[in-house]
Amino acid sequence: MTPPSFIIIPLASAFLITLVGRKKDLWGPLLAFAATVAVFVLSLLTFFQLGTGIKVYEMGGWKLPYGIALVVDPLGAFMLIIVALISLTSLLFSVSYIRHLGSDWKYYALFMILVGAMNGVLVTGDLFNLFVFTEIAIFAAFGLVAYGGRAHEFEASFKYAVMASVSSSLILMAIAVVYSATSTLTMASISVALSSVGPGMKIWIGALFLAGYGLKAAIMPFHAWLPDAHSSAPAPISSMLSGVLIKTLGVYVLVRIFYNILGAPQIFLTTFLILGTLSILLGVILAVGQWDLKRLLAYSSISQVGYILLGIGLNTPLGVAGALFHLLNHALFKSLLFYNAGTLEIGLGTRDLRKMGNITRLLPITAHSSMAGSLAISGIPPFNGFFSKLVIIIAAVQAHLPFYALLAVVGSLLTLATFLKVQRYGIRSENPVERLQARPGWGMQTAMIILAVLCILTSFLIIPGIKEWVLDPVVAAVMNKTGYAAAVLGGR
Amino acid sequence: MIIYLLCFALFLIGLYGLITKRDLIKIILASGIMGYAANLMIVLFGYRRSGVYPILEKGKETAVMVDPLPQALVLTSIVIELGTTAMLVALTIKLFNKYKTFDISKIRRLRG
Amino acid sequence: MSEKQGLTVIVKTITRTILAIIFLYGFYIILHGHLSPGGGFGGGVVLALGFLSVLLAYGRPPVQKWLNIPVLHSVESSGPLLYVALGLLGIGAGGAFLLNTLGKGRLFDLWSSGFILPLNVVIGIKVGLSLFLAVWALTEWDPEKGDDI
Repeated sequence: MTPPSFIIIPLASAFLITLVGRKKDLWGPLLAFAATVAVFVLSLLTFFQLGTGIKVYEMGGWKLPYGIALVVDPLGAFMLIIVALISLTSLLFSVSYIRHLGSDWKYYALFMILVGAMNGVLVTGDLFNLFVFTEIAIFAAFGLVAYGGRAHEFEASFKYAVMASVSSSLILMAIAVVYSATSTLTMASISVALSSVGPGMKIWIGALFLAGYGLKAAIMPFHAWLPDAHSSAPAPISSMLSGVLIKTLGVYVLVRIFYNILGAPQIFLTTFLILGTLSILLGVILAVGQWDLKRLLAYSSISQVGYILLGIGLNTPLGVAGALFHLLNHALFKSLLFYNAGTLEIGLGTRDLRKMGNITRLLPITAHSSMAGSLAISGIPPFNGFFSKLVIIIAAVQAHLPFYALLAVVGSLLTLATFLKVQRYGIRSENPVERLQARPGWGMQTAMIILAVLCILTSFLIIPGIKEWVLDPVVAAVMNKTGYAAAVLGGR
Repeated sequence: MIIYLLCFALFLIGLYGLITKRDLIKIILASGIMGYAANLMIVLFGYRRSGVYPILEKGKETAVMVDPLPQALVLTSIVIELGTTAMLVALTIKLFNKYKTFDISKIRRLRG
Repeated sequence: MSEKQGLTVIVKTITRTILAIIFLYGFYIILHGHLSPGGGFGGGVVLALGFLSVLLAYGRPPVQKWLNIPVLHSVESSGPLLYVALGLLGIGAGGAFLLNTLGKGRLFDLWSSGFILPLNVVIGIKVGLSLFLAVWALTEWDPEKGDDI
């Protein structure tokens, strides 16, 4: 019963909201809250019950490899917890933020469809099912980016839609090539059949998937939609997009395809290293020169995803552990920073850093949590960003690649410079601010406090006792590579 | 082999139209052409030599049939592209409402 | 459309006559989804085209008087809920989601192959209503009435 409920609960609540939300305004947020809390509790239970095992659920009773199977392994369960946590805080934030943007039930329905589709990407074990859930999540994201009704939001959504349709066609062609080589669509059977196929075919498949899903993850040559889309969206949607969407649709799918299906050939690992380092440096150089707060945060998202790719390209347990830990941390502190930007936008009416003033007295929670978020992203101890970046840099040095480690350190220093600029101009500049245009609601403040506290608490994940309990099963599931197929097909 | 190359050429025509055309409607049509090329490639991969359509009818005995699984994939894919086109058309109407033009080189308020 | 009356009288007469045949054809494709090509998606598109031909021939205000649009919205939203309820029947019978709980019948019969017939009907109605309501929402903007819908 458990794996399909991750998909059924959000989608059923989305359609219930469209049915009853028209009549009474209060049902929309209530149903959305109930569904998200249920998914969060279920994901925690699943992760701690799973341990190092794997759970296979056949839809419709059809046996593998004829049917579509849902597969939950530690990597998927870990990401389910992250998605549920960030969507819970985003719902808390949006209750008061969306009031001034129009009718509510459409927003909540689209939001639940987004959460349901991302859960679907994380639990599926079939390649075409993955593609369908990716498309559903992308549609919900288009609608949510254009939700506010201002001119630049439509432009950003149009650019995002056109680029996503190019990448979808590339993914379809990749699926066609995989099907012609292996005659099956279940991911476990594909990895068994691909081990007897020549390296030329693997390079074709890998290149097409890298181009298609790399665009959804905003890796460097394919990143052009991200600054517009993430800066024009409303603040809770920016945190969902930047915190979880580019990671489930991009990084998780790339890890599945390149580690578990293709078995991590060396040429793609080198490509990950190069593209990851390029993202780190170019993302942060473009971020330093921005004066628009949300555009700056969007560019720094590109740079932090580069760190995750660098860790994944190293192909050592320490590197993969650092990359997954950084994935969790980035979701936490980037969401916190986007919530701060949203509060500043409501309070002061502007997103331009040059026009902001000193708000430590008027918005104390925003000021202190923004200090926590900025210290975490720059990698200052004892916040979690320091530990995850340290693990990635040590792993790079241990793998005899000191040049990449040096570039990662340079990127971290430039990130520190960027966020010092945000603090100096956005929070503590010299212009005095007399009064605010609007006060932030209780939901917004609660969401920011929760994330700021979690930024410190997750540093404890690096302690060796807790690390074996939480992070090591996930790393083992990734490094198992093609052992994933044996676990899915064999042991039932 | 030549069929697959022609299919890829259709994809490149769609990509050319997407990159170089400046009218919003032509960009939507070009993305539709790219989708058709990908669907065609999937169906072509299911062909079996001297196979018939994969439907069992009353009174006929079973013969060598073409692969029906790519046809199911293409059905789903066509519906997804229908949704994408509908979303793009709705965005075009709203863009015309705000910017009063269909020319994409004039819709550039976001820069940097 | 600039003239509020729709298209010419020839188009209106023929649309009135053919409408029943279009709906019959759509229902035929949906109901025979497990015996011949078609099924939920294709039949749903034909149903939507039936509604749309009326919209194109007569214009927007007459169709707004004839059809009850909020009821159509409610029927469309309850489609997926019905699908999930049918799937949960499978879990109730002790198996997986969407397990085939109805009888399989004989080959080539209309009531054969268990589950596929009710699911096709639900999908067909949902797709047809969705396409029609999507185009209905797109026609809401009138270019002469001014800015900002």
